[in-house]
Amino acid sequence: MDPDPRLPTVELGTLGLDRGADLLLARALMRRGAGERMRVQGHDRELRVHLPAWCRAKGHRIVEIVADDRGVTAIVEVGARVHARAHEAVRAGLPDPSAAAAIADVADPRWGVAARGALVEAGVTPIPFALAHKDEVWADEAPSLYAQAAAAQWDPATAIPWDASIEHDDAIEDAIVQVMTYLVENETTALLVPARFLAQIHPHFREVLQVLAIQCADEARHIDVFTRRARLRRDVLGTSSAGGQASLATLIVEPDFAEASFLLSVLGEGTFLSLLWFLHTHAPDPITRAVVKLAAQDEARHVAFGLAHLARHIEREPALVDRLAMAVERRHDALTQTAGLNADVFDALVLVAAGGLDTAAIGRGHAAVRALVDDMDSGRRRRLQRLGFSTDRARALSELHTRNFM
Amino acid sequence: MTSSTLLLGAVAYDPKVVTIWEGFRTWFAEHGLDFDVVLFTNYERQVEAHARGHYDVAWNSPLAWLQLQRIAAKTGRQAHAIAMRDTDRDLTSVVVVRADSPVKTIAELRAKTIAVGAHDSPQATLIPLEHIAAVGLQPGRDVEIRYCDALVGKHGDHIGGERDAARALVAREVEAACMIDGNHLLFAKEGVLAPGSTRILTQTGKYDHCNFSVVGDPHREPIAKFRDLLLGMSYDDPQVRALMDLEGLRAWLPGRTSGYALLERAIDAFGTIDAFVGAVVGGQ
Repeated sequence: MDPDPRLPTVELGTLGLDRGADLLLARALMRRGAGERMRVQGHDRELRVHLPAWCRAKGHRIVEIVADDRGVTAIVEVGARVHARAHEAVRAGLPDPSAAAAIADVADPRWGVAARGALVEAGVTPIPFALAHKDEVWADEAPSLYAQAAAAQWDPATAIPWDASIEHDDAIEDAIVQVMTYLVENETTALLVPARFLAQIHPHFREVLQVLAIQCADEARHIDVFTRRARLRRDVLGTSSAGGQASLATLIVEPDFAEASFLLSVLGEGTFLSLLWFLHTHAPDPITRAVVKLAAQDEARHVAFGLAHLARHIEREPALVDRLAMAVERRHDALTQTAGLNADVFDALVLVAAGGLDTAAIGRGHAAVRALVDDMDSGRRRRLQRLGFSTDRARALSELHTRNFM
Repeated sequence: MTSSTLLLGAVAYDPKVVTIWEGFRTWFAEHGLDFDVVLFTNYERQVEAHARGHYDVAWNSPLAWLQLQRIAAKTGRQAHAIAMRDTDRDLTSVVVVRADSPVKTIAELRAKTIAVGAHDSPQATLIPLEHIAAVGLQPGRDVEIRYCDALVGKHGDHIGGERDAARALVAREVEAACMIDGNHLLFAKEGVLAPGSTRILTQTGKYDHCNFSVVGDPHREPIAKFRDLLLGMSYDDPQVRALMDLEGLRAWLPGRTSGYALLERAIDAFGTIDAFVGAVVGGQ
């Protein structure tokens, strides 16, 4: 006898519940309200045993089951709790960042690591992300900056002409090795700072995480190519100074995202842009020219993101400007008793720009480095003014920036 | 502990037991019931402690329920099953052979080896072996039994024994294996049994599984409040839903004792709990 052929039917054919038929059955039952009935038909050999066991585990009720040589026909009543997971579930924003209300002003810790736009079941264990306010982290440019960064990734193995000849003399090569040594420790710092904050930012701000993650990957690649360049003609690297490291340590321990981002990206990496383009101009070989150019292109994006999210933050919290200024002053005070830039680095920059050891060349090199320092200063002032600092304040703050450049 | 504390006995058959009862303890406290748990490593110790009045309610396996029921009866008391999971009702067990096995009937298992769960597993050993014995094949005499003793004393709550039995079947070390109907499906999902690689030779009748057991008046406080709260617990409540998922239920139902006949028949046939019941009663 066929139990109630008028009922809506889910036909499982010969597919067993152990081979995917449970998916068809669950989908069919989910579309029904609690207490509604469905007819289930199938011809799998074990359906007679598996169907009641499955229904018991899922909270559905077998009203009637008929099994014979032709297969199994059953009436299943949809369980009272089948839709429980939808109760109190919340939509965690929208995936398209440009849509209205896509990004919450405050990301809910109960969304956890759910994709933005997901329907999040109630009862998720809250994850206390320290940076959960949109104003603290968001930049409308984040999606496009991430897309640019993803498209601009380069392969250190093929993007650099590693086999190009190096014909300059030993003193210039030593200078290049010293500069590369210095760049590695600075880029290591530039990797560690965003990495520290990555784990504190609510994943609701997906594009910000992506920008910072790719920023870390950029720095990892820079560390790689600068190290490889240094080792092309030398087995050991140059010096690392206590003063330089003291300056970098202040960045690594900075606990506030806005202040760390300001000191690192806007002031430090901004200053580094001038340095990398200076090295590009004066590089004695095509390998060095290529590594600093590729690094400079990446660093420009890092600076752009820092400026973008801080400009937005300041627009919503004007007092942040004073806090950022104090951060520069505090860092300056902390570093007053330190030597600042490694003297070996300064000399190396002069030598690289000089291209030789005769007095005329050294004179030109020294002048070029002085011009570099001026260029760094004007770049910093320009960026500070973009963030809303007055001309005078921008000049004063730029002068307080670390002598270590980063 | 105060006189109003409801003390529950449960067997820690898996680390998740701590998570489950700690979670329920918080929920009960929020609903005005001072609730605590004492965990045992085996059901025999739990039943004996219950018989001696060391705690109020036991979360008992079906075998522990029958142990308690018989001890209570022999000492002039009555045991009651006050609540159970919706998933504790109307289980069946299956005896499974490989799809290519020549064995078509239970009788053809004569002189063959059958893998079962732990010695004290109602679902993977006692009930299916009684089912086989009912058609004339005495375990140990007419069929050889391979016990898969994962954690004896836990009455088969840990499904490792059933899984080992299934693996022995796949490895062609045995001719048949016994397991709960739902675990036959589960083992296929897990990949322990390849879908379609086995055939259900026979299925037992329906039986019930765990229950919350008490000795004496089931309507006294705080037992009555515990039961009322339990039956009112809703799967719609996200606070307890994860715990209910861990414990494997959608709803708590009133206890019933009509579903233990098959297990009673098995333990009477095999004398499974006589010595234990006698020892506890003798020591009272």
